Amino acid sequence: MPEVAREKPVAQDETLVQLLTPDGERIDRATGPDGTEYSVDFTDDEYRDLYRDLVTVRRLDAEATALQRQGELGIWASLLGQEAAQVGSGRALRPQDMVFPTYREHGVLYCRGIDPIMPLSLFRGVDQGAWDPIKYRFGLYTIVIGAQTLHATGYAMGITKDGKVGGDDGEAVIAYFGDGATSQGDVNEAFIWSAVYTAPVVFFCQNNQYAISEPIERQTRVPLYQRAAGFGFPGVRVDGNDVLATYAVTRHALDHARGGQGPTLIEAYTYRMGAHTTSDDPSRYRPQAETEAWQARDPIARLATFLRRQQIADDAFLAEVDEEARKTAVHLRERVLTMEDPAPGSIFENVYPHGSPLLDEEQARFAQYRQSFEGSAY
Amino acid sequence: MAAEVLTLGKALNLGLRRALERDAKVVIMGEDVGKLGGVFRITDGLQKDFGEDRVIDTPLAESGIIGTAIGLALRGYRPVCEIQFDGFVYPAYDQIVSQVAKMHYRSRGLVRLPIVIRIPFGGGIGAVEHHSESPEAYFAHTPGLKVVTCSNPADGYTMIQQAIASDDPIVFLEPKRRYWEKGEVDAEAPAFPLHSSRVTRPGADVTVVAYGPMVRTALDAATAAGEDGRQLDVIDLRSLSPLDLSPVYDSVRRTGRCVVVHEAPSNVGLGAEIAARVTEECFYSLESPVLRVTGFDTPYPAARVEEEYLPDLDRVLDAVDRTYGW
Repeated sequence: MPEVAREKPVAQDETLVQLLTPDGERIDRATGPDGTEYSVDFTDDEYRDLYRDLVTVRRLDAEATALQRQGELGIWASLLGQEAAQVGSGRALRPQDMVFPTYREHGVLYCRGIDPIMPLSLFRGVDQGAWDPIKYRFGLYTIVIGAQTLHATGYAMGITKDGKVGGDDGEAVIAYFGDGATSQGDVNEAFIWSAVYTAPVVFFCQNNQYAISEPIERQTRVPLYQRAAGFGFPGVRVDGNDVLATYAVTRHALDHARGGQGPTLIEAYTYRMGAHTTSDDPSRYRPQAETEAWQARDPIARLATFLRRQQIADDAFLAEVDEEARKTAVHLRERVLTMEDPAPGSIFENVYPHGSPLLDEEQARFAQYRQSFEGSAY
Repeated sequence: MAAEVLTLGKALNLGLRRALERDAKVVIMGEDVGKLGGVFRITDGLQKDFGEDRVIDTPLAESGIIGTAIGLALRGYRPVCEIQFDGFVYPAYDQIVSQVAKMHYRSRGLVRLPIVIRIPFGGGIGAVEHHSESPEAYFAHTPGLKVVTCSNPADGYTMIQQAIASDDPIVFLEPKRRYWEKGEVDAEAPAFPLHSSRVTRPGADVTVVAYGPMVRTALDAATAAGEDGRQLDVIDLRSLSPLDLSPVYDSVRRTGRCVVVHEAPSNVGLGAEIAARVTEECFYSLESPVLRVTGFDTPYPAARVEEEYLPDLDRVLDAVDRTYGW
């Protein structure tokens, strides 16, 4: 009987678009697998803004984790380690672009200028993450893995129907998902549909190496970005801990889409430094040494090194950013603590745009039942 | 348009045409709905007249059809999705149940998804497996969805337009074995509300509740029963979620007897729900328990024995007889 390899590793691939090394060395330009050249040209202010974003996003995330530990949130899905992937791609979006997130895109949400309190109602359990996706150009957090990639594709098909592609003012869509999601049928269907209809959508996969406990080897035998070729559109792997490269690659892919050239798959190669969610215990499935190795590739530290070295920022600036982020986090905490629980009767609201006689009946009966306790000891 | 005699298939086709004419945001999408006009020809000629942008031949992926319809709806379109056969809807089940059905609730009413999911359903056409199923209970059990079914050309013509105009996500079940049955369609006739049931044939003795393909069967049973001197009050539910049971209660309070007929298996089906509600509302009027005539609790069988599986005139009459046995 032939021997079957049980843990065949993912094919090695050194291709990685990078513009800022883990040591903070700036690379002028990098070439993608299809020969596309990537570079960025930021002013000092823009560099400082990116740094402020990264620090703020991490600080808010830490605050949310703390709130969960203190029992103020039911659960939290931390983005720790993925700040550059989210800020780089989030800042690459133009105002008219549309985002379809998973449940971990707090950094992208922040970059859209949305109040970070918005998703916390979902994690506190006072609602299910209600906001107007069209107003914010940011879809509802989606928990079923990969489902939103099809929504993004349909929305992008609508952009084409509306004639809003073909120029700089064109609209593009970005769909976020993780390495685990690439095994889902919906994600593969989204790839097919977007390719067939040349839909203006960018698939942004944060490969953080784990789907809860399962390593990337359980999802694929080839580097994820290479899958795009089989669907007939470009794929590129970017250093997801490099905010500059992530920005450059995403900007390029979005413009490619808005210009009517169709989809791109971006694999942002990164690492989930924390747990899957606050309910998870990564010590059960991944070695400490691995996490430590990734610590050396931290997205914020490398930008700080670069900014200092270039004298774009000094200690005073870095301290000021930390202090601002702390204040924002404290403010967020205060507002979380004052979120009100919904009224019991609100269970029945908004099931249908125009209601339903069945619900009216149930709601009336429930109200009557609750009333029957009035004046009693219960 | 004066009243004309059309098949159910043609009536649905005409209704879809009217909806496309009325609202430029209406798009039809599905497998083979374009050039071919659908495997049952329900969308025949529509792509030719409205273009490939509005009548869209999609890749062969049901989850993709519904998932992208959600995105199009978010963008302001009103997608009308065709699932080719009942048994092929399950790959789209998550998108329908977890996404379409819940979006309005999750967004606290900020997102509406006016999507219609058309599904030819039920058996009786001698098809191979997965082509004859009755999945209505799965959808009627899902809060956030509405589920309707038409039983005749006039309803088909009207109800499909009402469903498309509605802001609710609607699963629209079409009784495929009745596609070729003819009836009068009067475009000028006043429409009944979409989510209302109707007494199709009045009678004083036994209430027979049916929907979709079984309405014809119930009516045939009523004709036969009439020859024996028993008058069946046949009610076409039309809407399976929400149910409009007031006419059923009114009827049962008069007749004291109720038989529910559907093709789907009996266990935890629509019939069980209706029986429970009729019992709650009409307890003191009932002369016998509410009886069900349904498909069996087996997978849909092979075509050569499907007539054994499907409720027919005789099984309805047998149940009617049994309501007199208590």
